[in-house]
Amino acid sequence: MEGLKIRKISKTYDGKKYVLKNVSMDFMQKGILAIIGRNGAGKTTLIRILATELMPTKGSAYVEGIDIVKEPTRARELMAIVPQEARTIPWMNPKQQILSYLLYRGFSYKEASSLALSSIKKLNLEQYANKLSRTLSGGTKRKVMVATVLASEARIIFLDEPTTGLDPISRRELWVLLEKLKKDYLIVLTTHYLEEAEYLADKIAIIDNGRLIISGSIGELRKKAGHEYSIRIEGDKELKMPKVANISKIEKGYQILTSQKEAFAISEKLMAQKIKFSTNPVSLEDLFYYFAKRSINDEEESDEGEW
Amino acid sequence: MVMKHRSIISQVLASILINAIYAMQNYPIMFINTLLAPISILVVITFVSHGALVGMGIEGALIMTAVMSGVSMQGDISHLKNDLKLQDMVVTSPTGPMAYVAGMGISEVVFSIPVLILLIILASIYLHPTLLQSLTIIAIMAVMFVFSVSLGFFLSTLTTDIIQSWGFSGIVTVLLSTIPPVYYPLSYIPLPFRYIAYISPTTYAAQIAQAAMGYVNINMTSLAIDWSVIIAVCIALFIIGYKKARWREP
Ligand SMILES: Nc1ncnc2c1ncn2[C@@H]1O[C@H](COP(=O)(O)OP(=O)(O)OP(=O)(O)O)[C@@H](O)[C@H]1O
Ligand SMILES: [Mg+2]
Repeated sequence: MEGLKIRKISKTYDGKKYVLKNVSMDFMQKGILAIIGRNGAGKTTLIRILATELMPTKGSAYVEGIDIVKEPTRARELMAIVPQEARTIPWMNPKQQILSYLLYRGFSYKEASSLALSSIKKLNLEQYANKLSRTLSGGTKRKVMVATVLASEARIIFLDEPTTGLDPISRRELWVLLEKLKKDYLIVLTTHYLEEAEYLADKIAIIDNGRLIISGSIGELRKKAGHEYSIRIEGDKELKMPKVANISKIEKGYQILTSQKEAFAISEKLMAQKIKFSTNPVSLEDLFYYFAKRSINDEEESDEGEW
Repeated sequence: MVMKHRSIISQVLASILINAIYAMQNYPIMFINTLLAPISILVVITFVSHGALVGMGIEGALIMTAVMSGVSMQGDISHLKNDLKLQDMVVTSPTGPMAYVAGMGISEVVFSIPVLILLIILASIYLHPTLLQSLTIIAIMAVMFVFSVSLGFFLSTLTTDIIQSWGFSGIVTVLLSTIPPVYYPLSYIPLPFRYIAYISPTTYAAQIAQAAMGYVNINMTSLAIDWSVIIAVCIALFIIGYKKARWREP
């Protein structure tokens, strides 16, 4: 598998403001690439470009070696997308929804019908199969959208915020499903749930203000940040902790990002002072704040120019 | 899994199912809607003319049914594209714009089946067309259908929401159906205003149909011009729709 190669993609909608700046990244394997970033960071724009819905202003990307700018028709044979704002068609039921999408992909009516049914089964949607979409709950509709693309032959799947609006149990169910699919699919998804990216992703890309600020597995990100542990201290008391780098005031206390070795030393000091604290491996949330903060600092130094 | 064969018929069928078959199952009122507009004008024209214009009115209703397909399609596609993001999913799939639009266009014809049946019955009662006359009317309808569907698709892809799409279709409806003399002869329009009617291709289409049934007399040159105009406009819009419609966004 050649996977996905993103090469210097820049995008401006209005010819002035660049909402993606020189994004390059490789994801040369099956599995899940999670793109995270704040509202307006450029996640949807990037996904729409990769899925050949939108032209990049500069740069290109390659799926299985196929140039998405020059050969979109060939690339489209391999991929499918659930756009962020996609909705099920209100006057159709899930079976009809999936069936008609498969017809668009060129399956015969017979093949499409049977693939639709098996996808409905796979996502535990049997009880809704014949109910009109407009009568389904928001989360069920999202699941139907995911079932729609998963029913197809496409093995490169773009899911823009697939779990937004799902209840915690449904979300977990979808995670379990996506995890099972990982070995056969290349899935690019965006999410605002950092624990989701942490749980699912083989590679995480953090985008901020149109720029890819870092990418890698959660382990690599921890390594790149130089922090493996997060120590959280409760309470607003002034801390007597000389020479600790990367301490920050958080809501109701302090957070220290640190290495394993240092974590020991700090823990001992805290225990000696009888201060309550917890030590955990650095979460993606910690890293997200760490890298995002660093990128803002960099931004202030660098000039916004042509890309 | 690599698919060796992708059926274009399936792709066209998908649009027909979504936009006509499944929609009709749930919203049968749509039938009445497509039936109402052409028939109500026909009735008014017939009453006002004390029956004199019934023949031309039936021809006009047939032409308008073909023209309005594109206008309704524009609204439907705009809704599917902007509100439901269906088009984004289709763009990313192996379906091309031609198969997508062909299906959407045919789906509008499916909705027009009741009005077409009614008009064919009326035509057989009031018009008694010969085979050649029937073929002429069918040819005009086909040209106007391709024209309006191309125009509708082109406009729908430029829209970003349904309200904007209504704006377009309002203007198009006035241009193609209110201004031109489709249900009555061009000569009923006093001269300086007649030039305005010449803006609309439906004027030429109606004139051919009226001449074919012998309701108006025009010479061969005018007839040739009329055909040239509607065919040229149809080809032009088809090319614009094909080349300029936004499938992949810039
Ligand atoms: N069609 C458009 N025309 C103009 N500007 C746009 C368009 N779509 C997005 N933008 C702008 O591009 C930037 C990136 O938007 P994008 O939707 O890619 O962000 P996002 O990371 O997906 O955000 P969210 O988490 O809110 O979904 C934003 O500043 C947005 O306002
Ligand atoms: Mg988004």
